[in-house]
Amino acid sequence: MSALCGCALALLGCGVDSERTPAGAEGQEPHIMLQKPLPPGGTGAQIEAAATAPEDGQWIRPAKDFASSRFSGLNEINTSNVAQLKPAWTFPTGVLRGQEAAPIVVGHMMYVVTAYPNLLYAFDLSKPGASLKWMYNPKPLTSSQGEACCDVVNRGASYADGKIIYATLDNNVVAVDAESGKEVWRTKVGDINKGETMTMAPLIVKDRVLVGNSGGEMGVRGWLKGLDLKTGAVKWTAMHTGPDSVVLIGQSFKPFYKKDQGADLGVKSWPGTTWQIGGGGVWGWISYDPALDLVFYGSSNPGPWNPEQRPGDNKWTSTFFARHPETGEAIWAYQINPHDLHDYDGVNESILLDIPWNGSKRGILVHPDRNGYMYALDRATGEVLYAKPYVHITSSDSVDLKTGELALNPTKEPKLGKTVRDVCPAAPGGKDWQPSSFSPRTGLMYVPHQNLCMDEQPTAVSYISGTPYVGMDVRMKPGIGGNRGFVTGWNPVTGSVVWRIAEPFPVWSGTLATAGDVVFYGTMEGWFKAVDARTGTLLWKYKTTSGIIGQPVAYRGPDGKEYVAVMSGVGGWSGAIVAGGLDPRDSSAALGFVGAMRDLPRVTPKGGTLYVFSLR
Amino acid sequence: MCSRFADRAVRAGTAVIAIAALAACPRERRTFHDSPPAASVAAESAKSVRSDSGVSREGPYGDNAYALYQGKTLFAAFNCMGCHSHGGGGMGPPLMDSAWIYGYEPANIYATIANGRPNGMPSFKNRITPQQIWELVAYVRSMSGQGSKAARTSRNDEMEVRAAESQTTTEKPVLVTPPPTVNPPAQEGHP
Repeated sequence: MSALCGCALALLGCGVDSERTPAGAEGQEPHIMLQKPLPPGGTGAQIEAAATAPEDGQWIRPAKDFASSRFSGLNEINTSNVAQLKPAWTFPTGVLRGQEAAPIVVGHMMYVVTAYPNLLYAFDLSKPGASLKWMYNPKPLTSSQGEACCDVVNRGASYADGKIIYATLDNNVVAVDAESGKEVWRTKVGDINKGETMTMAPLIVKDRVLVGNSGGEMGVRGWLKGLDLKTGAVKWTAMHTGPDSVVLIGQSFKPFYKKDQGADLGVKSWPGTTWQIGGGGVWGWISYDPALDLVFYGSSNPGPWNPEQRPGDNKWTSTFFARHPETGEAIWAYQINPHDLHDYDGVNESILLDIPWNGSKRGILVHPDRNGYMYALDRATGEVLYAKPYVHITSSDSVDLKTGELALNPTKEPKLGKTVRDVCPAAPGGKDWQPSSFSPRTGLMYVPHQNLCMDEQPTAVSYISGTPYVGMDVRMKPGIGGNRGFVTGWNPVTGSVVWRIAEPFPVWSGTLATAGDVVFYGTMEGWFKAVDARTGTLLWKYKTTSGIIGQPVAYRGPDGKEYVAVMSGVGGWSGAIVAGGLDPRDSSAALGFVGAMRDLPRVTPKGGTLYVFSLR
Repeated sequence: MCSRFADRAVRAGTAVIAIAALAACPRERRTFHDSPPAASVAAESAKSVRSDSGVSREGPYGDNAYALYQGKTLFAAFNCMGCHSHGGGGMGPPLMDSAWIYGYEPANIYATIANGRPNGMPSFKNRITPQQIWELVAYVRSMSGQGSKAARTSRNDEMEVRAAESQTTTEKPVLVTPPPTVNPPAQEGHP
């Protein structure tokens, strides 16, 4: 059925865009397509993730290491035995909303944060069945549920200095004693009455806890803050709109491209005072390079979505930043989507790699952007080494590596009173928040993502604080091929697809790569799958009780054995139709995502269960 | 005007009479300065207000096409659409289905809009007039097919994302409890 739909869509797409060669067009996909056979031993010998530590069997932050490799050096579970994987224990959290968090493993303990009300569960892995040691409830305001654009999710906690630290939906950053479960400090950093919420996992670098706000759909003014690890005191705030002084742009700021150079662009690239409600939050991922002492992250889409209400580049929304974590001082910035037209946030993860490039070693970050291009940026300067499509793109033609400019397709520009059809990728992008992994053994990145296009039409919208500031009717639909998701094995050196797995639904879970050459991911139907890291061949799957949109992790238990853990519980933006009980007759529901997900309620109920797997 | 038209219509046949009567007379009354009905909305206790409280079964505008269209315009202008979409929901619950958490009677919906509700619905009391709230009430009910079918709006001004309200099946409204946040309630601290 979905294949038939896909054919129809593909034909439609051809009709609309017959004279254009869409970037990244791939046509009908088989389930797995091996596009470029790996050299024996992979390319791993030449590529390594920057900023990794020797494998210690723990998983203390969602991205595993500062390079955000999400690679476990454990290999007890490998391609030859993964088919014997079985559930070791499970835990129902009692919270039935989208579960996006990564379980955190520190020593003999595991910690999991749920969706709102953001309960923190602590399990003693040394006890039979990993018994619950304590539960901490931050008691977020019930009204905060009405300010979260895309389900009331939380992307996890981080561990440092004996504390588990995470952000609540109502903008409190809390530090909880990892042993006792007692709150050590709590800092309120945002206001739900302005539409602010928090969903990201903090990154802790030295004595700074880095957190940002969500609310690009609510007219917030985005920021990243650095909190003191010991006390929770806010040490610096970097706004993403406004004058240079508050964006923490100073003498050291050296953007690579001319388009990003100039004074107070965070004011001048907006009409009037609209920068004060212009979006640019931070709700995705931050990576850290200790050698350069820089953190890298992207800011969210501008508000409102209706682009005609904000002529200009809308800096510094949808922008990639490098900053010093201690002071927040900006070092470089590259605006990926100036004057964003389609809700292409820049918040997706970046994986820090050292690769061979034109005969020498180059320190890069690889960032799969919502706009459909995989960017390789020089970590020191922000120069774009390549920007190559990883999905079918109609909204733009290419990225000019000389100027850094994204060449937009003018026929896909939303205009009041006009329906723009077949914009690919759709608003959630070629890939949304769900983080990729990287294996130094294969040299490949494992990118979980979606395959969606959309029709859209802007509507006039007024700013009312605490209410949505969107101004766009959207209806999404499957992209070419009819499948709505992919897991893509990506060669980060050549910038090309090596293999690709088609999934019926968007792949909204993260991926995990291990030294056993197995890649794990979950599907929205509830399958937890293990595939061969070199070929993408399915090796094992297990059906959980609800769709999986969480982040799988691997750890060594106190018994010395390898375990793989993941949260099951459908929701998030893609699963809002189930988590929020939305009506499938309105294709614009959940900002248009429901149009592409009408069949999801037939395949998965709500859920909220932690699953842990092992070989015995 | 009306009777003369009808006289001519007799000669043209009874079918035309029926159409003419429906289409032309009597013309719908438009009220531009309406006072809200006497129901004490401030004292509304959710789920208890019924049609004998001074508010008619459909509220003041359930059969008024002009007010329903005004309500539809306000639904977009006050960003209701941002959360509830075109009735299918998103950040907020759907409004085109049969399930009502805080009551489906016009006075319940009035109170929901005016005072807000605890799980995220903001209060619009000082942002919008009582008359506009009643227009919104009528439109919100029309999304699930309540009120006069003939009066319901029959098209969207923008991109088609759902069947028009006039084409919507009339749902039988039922009260539901909001889904529990935590089920079973988790106990804080050490088990």
